[in-house]
Amino acid sequence: MAEKTLMKGNEALAEGAVRAGCRFFAGYPITPQNEVPEYMSWRMAQVGGAFVQAESEVSAINMIYGAAATGVRCMTSSSSPGMSLKQEGMSYCAGADLPIFVANVMRGGPGLGNIAGAQGDYWQATRGGGHGDYRTFVMAPNSVSEMANLPAKCYEVAYKYRLPSMILADGIIGQMMEPVEFTTPEVNIKDLTEPAWALGINAGRAKRIVKSYDLREGYLEKLVLERIKRYRQIEQNEVVYEEKMMEDAEIAIVAYGTSARVAVAGMKLAREKGLKVGLLRPVTLWPFPKARIVELSKRVKKFLVVEMSMGQMVEDVLLSLNGRAETHLLAKPGAAVTTADELYKTIESIVKKGAREYAAAK
Amino acid sequence: MYQGIRISGFGGQGVISAGILLAYSGMVEGKEVSFFPSYGAEMRGGTANCSVVIASDEVTTPIVSEPDTVIVLNEPSLAKFEPLVKPGGLLIVNSSLVNSKASRTDIKVLYVPCNAIAAELGNAKIMNMVALGAFAAATGAVSVDAISKALPKVYKKLKPEVIEINIKALKRGAAIN
Repeated sequence: MAEKTLMKGNEALAEGAVRAGCRFFAGYPITPQNEVPEYMSWRMAQVGGAFVQAESEVSAINMIYGAAATGVRCMTSSSSPGMSLKQEGMSYCAGADLPIFVANVMRGGPGLGNIAGAQGDYWQATRGGGHGDYRTFVMAPNSVSEMANLPAKCYEVAYKYRLPSMILADGIIGQMMEPVEFTTPEVNIKDLTEPAWALGINAGRAKRIVKSYDLREGYLEKLVLERIKRYRQIEQNEVVYEEKMMEDAEIAIVAYGTSARVAVAGMKLAREKGLKVGLLRPVTLWPFPKARIVELSKRVKKFLVVEMSMGQMVEDVLLSLNGRAETHLLAKPGAAVTTADELYKTIESIVKKGAREYAAAK
Repeated sequence: MYQGIRISGFGGQGVISAGILLAYSGMVEGKEVSFFPSYGAEMRGGTANCSVVIASDEVTTPIVSEPDTVIVLNEPSLAKFEPLVKPGGLLIVNSSLVNSKASRTDIKVLYVPCNAIAAELGNAKIMNMVALGAFAAATGAVSVDAISKALPKVYKKLKPEVIEINIKALKRGAAIN
């Protein structure tokens, strides 16, 4: 295995995409993801790819649409306000069944918000974000190593099922440095077969068209239904999660990204006091590990969702549990980060004093 | 073993470089490490700070809110970060630029004339290395040797003579206690 190196999350993300075969990057600067385009600006030249600093986020996502239509592994990245601008393009790529790869290194919102790390774009990422009936494959790294190694999975799933894929990281994961190991095998782009739908030089083959519309009566319905079948397969086959100390847990924390790191610290404090707490960390946010939550609820009767947003992922937990267990929420807005001590106190109040449950609608 | 560190000073004093170097040194010694910069609207002459964790177990949060050690390289950083030091922790003060004294009595305070020592060695830029040397000797969280070995790996463009003077600065800092 290669020597461990110390890397910034954003740089690892860019390098991970390159190793996964990315050869076209278009982006526009925004904190806290600037290291991604910066890295790509010289790295793409090294690997014979192309880098474009677009004139706007809207241009960048549409350049990705074009690149993906030719079958090239491509990427764009941004942070929250910039991701909002890209949503039209996301919807069009979903409608054209294009396997794009997008990264959102989240900051505080809504609006221009602030530049610190946050998790307020969960709904935008997992509910579509743009218009129409579509899904995005969303992975949430909680370490620099996952920033490095998850892009390969995003491309794999995006190409297999033909849909947009996304890394949803918070600014803390993007900005922090820690030792990183690239464990996924490097993709040799010469080994990739040209997709049957990819546009290019037509040497006498049948005409191919990539588009996101069909105006003929009844055709769009069929098109969307066929796509939904692929979504169902993704829900069956592509759920990724990690568990810690769940074997004997009586209370399950559900958290992703930086919140999941803090959760480990809070969980350790609770375990020292004899409280049986475990962690379920969704690595794919869509598809969400619903089935696993249902399974856990057979013996775990209390769930605590920790998120740096005011009750977004908790809705997926509520939907999964459907009343099978108590649900609690520890939420922080505006790019504030929960501390291990706060988390411990919340766990204690849930276990010992029977804190009031969270309900999405009150 | 867990050591959470905050380094703070003017932009341009090498706050970020020192933090990255410290994290890398810990990694060289086989420890779990993290580095996290404050990345607000900083500019040259403004304040900059960073968090470093060096630990034997996995690092959970990279933002150090209750540091075991704080290194302050300028005056405004003292007021901001002295209150955060854990009781029994360490405060390293660059006494060349910080005129005030620390007010806490429940922590260990080391006054290190970083700029003066750097000037003596003939390179003003290495003042941050003097502080790192003092940190290494006082805490044992990393060794001066590990920092010396990390230097050319983190800053690949440094000439051998510049590395040598950086190592001298580390050793001078380490001699202070």
